[in-house]
Amino acid sequence: MLATSGTFEANARAGLANDNLQRALALMRSGFPQRRRLAVERLPEFEALREIGKSIKDHTLEHLDFYLELFEENVLASGGQVHWARTPEEACGAVLAICRSVDARLVTKGKSMIAEEVGLNEYLEKNGITTVETDLGEYIIQLRHEPPSHLIAPAIHLMKEQVADTFRAEHRTLDPERSLAEARQLCDEARAVLRPRFLAADVGITGANFLVAETGSSIIVTNEGNGDLTQTLPRVHIVMTSLEKLVPTLEDATTLLRLLARSATGQEFSSYTTVSTGPRQPDDLDGPEQYHVVLLDNGRSALLASEFQDMLRCIRCSACMNHCPVYAAVGGHAYGWVYSGPMGAVLTPSLIGIAEAGHLPNASTFCGQCENVCPVKIPLPKMMRHWREREFADKLNPPVYRSGLSLWAWVARRPALYHALVELASRALGWLGRGRGRFRTLPFANGWTAVRDLPAPEGRSFHSLWAERRKGGTGK
Amino acid sequence: MSEAREEILASIRRSLNRSRLDAARETELRERVAVHRRNLVPERAAALDDPGRVDLFVAMAEEVQATVARVSSPTAVPEAVARYLAAENLPADLVLAPDPSLDDLRWDARPLLRIRRGRAEAIDAVSLTPCFAAIAETGTLMLISGAVTPTTLNFLPDTHIVVVNANQVVATYEDGWDRLRTGGGMPRAINFITGPSRTGDIEQRIELGAHGPRRLHIILVDDPQKAGDGEDK
Repeated sequence: MLATSGTFEANARAGLANDNLQRALALMRSGFPQRRRLAVERLPEFEALREIGKSIKDHTLEHLDFYLELFEENVLASGGQVHWARTPEEACGAVLAICRSVDARLVTKGKSMIAEEVGLNEYLEKNGITTVETDLGEYIIQLRHEPPSHLIAPAIHLMKEQVADTFRAEHRTLDPERSLAEARQLCDEARAVLRPRFLAADVGITGANFLVAETGSSIIVTNEGNGDLTQTLPRVHIVMTSLEKLVPTLEDATTLLRLLARSATGQEFSSYTTVSTGPRQPDDLDGPEQYHVVLLDNGRSALLASEFQDMLRCIRCSACMNHCPVYAAVGGHAYGWVYSGPMGAVLTPSLIGIAEAGHLPNASTFCGQCENVCPVKIPLPKMMRHWREREFADKLNPPVYRSGLSLWAWVARRPALYHALVELASRALGWLGRGRGRFRTLPFANGWTAVRDLPAPEGRSFHSLWAERRKGGTGK
Repeated sequence: MSEAREEILASIRRSLNRSRLDAARETELRERVAVHRRNLVPERAAALDDPGRVDLFVAMAEEVQATVARVSSPTAVPEAVARYLAAENLPADLVLAPDPSLDDLRWDARPLLRIRRGRAEAIDAVSLTPCFAAIAETGTLMLISGAVTPTTLNFLPDTHIVVVNANQVVATYEDGWDRLRTGGGMPRAINFITGPSRTGDIEQRIELGAHGPRRLHIILVDDPQKAGDGEDK
């Protein structure tokens, strides 16, 4: 998909001015964080599990080559196949080749962020294969030709009236007078429309929340059951996934599963957690005849041992965006690519480049909530700072910004000059603002004063007051 | 093996600043995998006795909108099924897993139930399956695919009825893995099912029955060995 991260500021303004989006985000702010908090309070071991979850992921990443080979060995032993893909093009090509080998015309899809990352739907459609998203949220945005705006609730930016309009426009064989006023009716309609698609599909594509090296299994977590119909009914099951989803054992996956649903939706456990291992076995009455795993790298192997390795622990729960004041204000589409919120602000620059995505790590209040709620303790704010440093080192910021920073750095390295200037500025501002005690507008600071007043300084800087107090003065 | 594979592995090793792990280290890691070491297991269910575990399973399953009927013995199951279908105003047509464990249930005692054995097809409205285990911790059913337990039964019909024997209720997922490993290799699919299908994708309102079953009904047999007279507790 074409990134629009470069126009984050304009995207964010559009988001702030979008009434439907603002109503939808208000629902999110009152929903996810509270449900997560309640679920966490019910499990006294939650904090300890976070630390263990982190160490499981770290251990796997440190031995990623070993566990990948073990995973592959066990997939092959179960009768499945592994397709390694360095790039999105290779991943798409592998899927197309499998589809062509069985003359597939119709593909059903469970939710997969990797499929979004590589632009799989577009690619398959271009090659004459119809792809149908089956997760309700993904189905809605597919009909609307929109990217997902959230990791686990891809249509969270929409209100039900918008979904009703979309269904009316797209489901043209149904009675135009039917009622679509309630979410219940919309769900029932999607269920009825998609059921024949599940049954007719030649190939089913799902993502994976985890890959288990011990058994060569892939694990998906869903609430709707769409992922299970997608992978059980067609002749071929393809798992679209990436290197860092790996864990060593079923026990390790279990620990992370205890963290995932609670962090994501505040559920104790999602409705369906499914462990898939290979194709249908000789006596099985159902299940796919072929099982393929497409393993995407797309720059992940290069992040290992870098200052961004911690990001590879991410289990895509969405807690960081659910608790982010910036995400909650502007919505996921402002981020301009597949991943949004704090995890997107760190991951997107490493996948599409800091030149395109430089705004994202800057779109943060650094409140730290994302790190506080992350189930695998990813230091997201720290990594956003790393990206800002890299952006500066690569000379990607605008000239005014860069010269401003350079000037500030030059002054800040000269304490005497710095103190003198601060003293001068605070006296001057104090004198100018002595009437009202605050400024409505200030030259060079319109952006800041547009939405708030600047309190006028008392006339002395903190440094000079402190120096005076240490000399024995009162500081008054 | 493919060029992509070799390059990805090389790239990983380049980043980690090492070559392939030596044989001794690989053996160590293989042993780590083979011992199935448990990580921290929450106390919630692990500390309970048998009846407490079953009660927790029931409470947690009901919390996520599964319905539970407890019967004293296997012979009471057909009666409980008929009663549930009548109460929910559902047709008396059932597709049953061809699992022999369901053979002994006295279906002939309820001649009005029309029963087919096999995998689920698109027209099936109600399925009935056994389970492999039930996890008390979160009220979760653990079902496995196999020759007599097809996966389609768990997802295609609108209503899924699951027979759980009290001695199948374990405390944690880890207990489920242990049971599975004593039984041989991995099945194609392991389905952990916690309540009926649901979605929150429209305005975050929870609606049941997104794509999978709208209803999940659990018939819990308290004494699976008892050849009782078919009466409910």
